[in-house]
Amino acid sequence: MSEEQLVEEQLKRNIFLTTVDAVYNWGRKCSVWPMAFGLACCAIEMIAAAAARYDFSRFGMEIMRPSPRQADLMIVAGTITHKMAPQVLRLYHQMAEPKYVLAMGSCATAGGPFPSYAVLQGIDELLPVDVYVPGCPPRPEALIEGFMKLHDKLMKQSIKTVPWYQKEPAR
Amino acid sequence: MTNDEILAKLREKYPKVVVDTPELIDFTVVVKSEALTEVATFLHDECRLDYLADVTAVDRPERFEVVYHLYSVKNQTPGPFVLKVYLEDKGNPKVASVTPIWRGANFQEREVYDLMGIAFEGHPNLKRILLWEGFPGHPLRKDFENRTFTFKELEPTRPKPPDW
Repeated sequence: MSEEQLVEEQLKRNIFLTTVDAVYNWGRKCSVWPMAFGLACCAIEMIAAAAARYDFSRFGMEIMRPSPRQADLMIVAGTITHKMAPQVLRLYHQMAEPKYVLAMGSCATAGGPFPSYAVLQGIDELLPVDVYVPGCPPRPEALIEGFMKLHDKLMKQSIKTVPWYQKEPAR
Repeated sequence: MTNDEILAKLREKYPKVVVDTPELIDFTVVVKSEALTEVATFLHDECRLDYLADVTAVDRPERFEVVYHLYSVKNQTPGPFVLKVYLEDKGNPKVASVTPIWRGANFQEREVYDLMGIAFEGHPNLKRILLWEGFPGHPLRKDFENRTFTFKELEPTRPKPPDW
């Protein structure tokens, strides 16, 4: 083969044409760092999803950051009492954009089995939730499906229209 | 010392203090609320009931009752010695605190104050323990309307953040 053909073949194998959106979103999707925010029993299932059998390190998420400043995703796992609710809001405000919220379990979605004076009926009264994962507690596989839905949502965002790059303040 | 012996000694020492001994599941003795500190000291020192397992309250239509569950660790009593105090004044219920005698009553009395509104005089730190100070009402009373609250409703009742 002539040298030109060799170079062309190598180029075909090693150069990809893609969009900025695809690369940007691919990078963000494969390294979502969750914030360890287990409040109640759903925390155990979140830990189980992080452990060896249902690993979510496969998705690049095994670094569960305890600090909200370094996290991308807040998994609200468990019952939110009225006493804890302002602190949840405070931690959400401390996270940097781009941030996502996943409401895990029925307590975070809608108060769960506790229609009580002390329980906030669903975290969506306070925070904009991106994915709801119902269950009591949801199985680790259900939580991982929630992550996959979050990844789908994330991949559809375009860098031109994301809220954190707009001129006006985001939310 | 069995529970009957303790009751006999109590009657001997303080003749007019025992109001009632109702036939309930556990061995129960009702005393007057004014005499609570003396009876508690007597039970702790003389009868060696040194383990206060529980302090709760009951909301009856005409009175509050404050219930203390006492055990003896040395004598290994099988069932609790239940000491009750009837509080007739429902508008402003208060009773002496037994925290100086049994330390374990500290948090329990705070919980009773928080959820039932019964004030304990002499308690070192009588604050609400499960809810916060501005929360409207005492939830475990019978006249508390059992409903859910939204965050916006409870926002004005929360304590103000410090003014930096």
